[in-house]
Amino acid sequence: MKTESVLEKVLAAGHLAVTSECGPPRGAVPEKIREKADILRGYVDAINVTDNQTAVVRMSSFAACLIIKQMGLEPILQMVTRDRNRLAMQSDIIGAYSHGINTMLCLSGDHPCFGDHPMAANVYDLDSIQFIQMVRKMRDEGKFQGGDDILNPPKMFIGAAANPFADPFELRVPRLAKKVKAGADFIQTQCVYNVEKFEKWMEGVRERGLHEKISILAGVTPMKSVGMARYMKNKVPGMDVPDELVKRISGVPKDKQAEEGIKICVETIEHLREVDGVRGFHIMAIEWEQKVPEIVERAGLYPRPKI
Amino acid sequence: MITAERKPLDEIIDYIKPFSRILLVGCNECVTVCAAGGRKEVGLLSSALQMAFMKEGKVLDVKELTLERQCDPEYVEELVPLIDQVDAVVSMACGCGVQEVAKRFKEKPVFPAVNTKFMGASERQGVWAERCQGCGDCVLGMTGGICPVARCSKRLLNGPCGGSSNGKCEINPEVDCAWQLIWDRLKSLGIEKTYEEIVPAKDWRTSRDGGPRKIIREDLA
Ligand code: SF4
Repeated sequence: MKTESVLEKVLAAGHLAVTSECGPPRGAVPEKIREKADILRGYVDAINVTDNQTAVVRMSSFAACLIIKQMGLEPILQMVTRDRNRLAMQSDIIGAYSHGINTMLCLSGDHPCFGDHPMAANVYDLDSIQFIQMVRKMRDEGKFQGGDDILNPPKMFIGAAANPFADPFELRVPRLAKKVKAGADFIQTQCVYNVEKFEKWMEGVRERGLHEKISILAGVTPMKSVGMARYMKNKVPGMDVPDELVKRISGVPKDKQAEEGIKICVETIEHLREVDGVRGFHIMAIEWEQKVPEIVERAGLYPRPKI
Repeated sequence: MITAERKPLDEIIDYIKPFSRILLVGCNECVTVCAAGGRKEVGLLSSALQMAFMKEGKVLDVKELTLERQCDPEYVEELVPLIDQVDAVVSMACGCGVQEVAKRFKEKPVFPAVNTKFMGASERQGVWAERCQGCGDCVLGMTGGICPVARCSKRLLNGPCGGSSNGKCEINPEVDCAWQLIWDRLKSLGIEKTYEEIVPAKDWRTSRDGGPRKIIREDLA
């Protein structure tokens, strides 16, 4: 075992892992984090805490992770290279690890132009792959990116993202290979709506044996309404929502659309768990955390293993 | 080349409001090519400024001169005979030219008439696009001759990010995804395998992050 991470242990024991996420509040309201995390208690193995998602300022991921940790739950520290240079990232990683946070997700992040501070400087000292390399070097070599020794190096279980639906498609497996080579331990994918394309990507992943080197958690997000489906389809970069899906949701009356969305989500999980190489699920119920327990139960992923 | 765009007329007028005699200086290099501050633009701006003053019932005396290269002290000397006849200088060169003039004439206010934009190339008539950030350690040899530092919105060296869609960048469907271009180019060169070599974290010291830069060529100095 490389780390103390519960997620690592769940995966190592051969269980399908379940993670979910919590978007921190836009203000100093820690009780919001507690409310959201409490809903997930017992239903997921670890909780991702987003880092200024969509480039909108929120409570820092580190602070919100700490609150979750203090509740006796397992946070996953998300960090983007957009806002911090390598000094700031490494100091936050040591800080987080000092508080027992041992799992993280290394991302480049959405461009500032999407958020509430489009005028902000855009850092990108590192890209996500160099970021993974840095965290691995900190863990396995006990060295900072700059080469100096670290006292009690942080042992992070290292996550990364993959978007099988972005272009160019044929580059998406090589890109995953690069993340594996850089040292990522697990992957959380972009939300899967286009199951066929996802399976095609997984085929490529298996052909290269990458699924044996990295644990892939398929991302799923339940749709609340046809409006959300259309928004995801047209407005979110790198999201692939097939027309049939939009049609299916629009085919049911408005007050039944949320239920239809949950149903689709559960069906997706049931389908994907049979795909060789899928090691778990990352359920991103955006501002809809209360539905996660139901999804986990209905998908047959409950109870969670005791580790 | 260095590209520039003329500032809004009102901003330029604001600078020179207190004065009645100005020297308007163009440059015959990059800003001429990108039609921002060459001889022609000097003439146009001169008329526009004089007209604006006239509307206010004032007179503006404009001396016009377009230097061969405003970033070169040797050419800036050509302003010496004119400088005493004016209250202020308005430069239509890039920021380098403006600063050379300011350095040479310590007692004269100097104002920029253009916004210096980027190092770029002409895509077609009237369109220029960024190509180089001057990072000081060229990576074009690894990326098929397309620069991710200048042309990827997140300057990713191991891209593309998850926002690349139909060849376009997530920030704007008008912007090409640099990594799509790089991938296509690597493929047409038959070297797409090289994509899988990880490009290590960049040493930004050679870029602006290391402080203002200087080149000293002992053999020429
Ligand atoms: S879409 Fe392409 S150009 Fe835009 S940030 Fe992502 S990799 Fe860079």
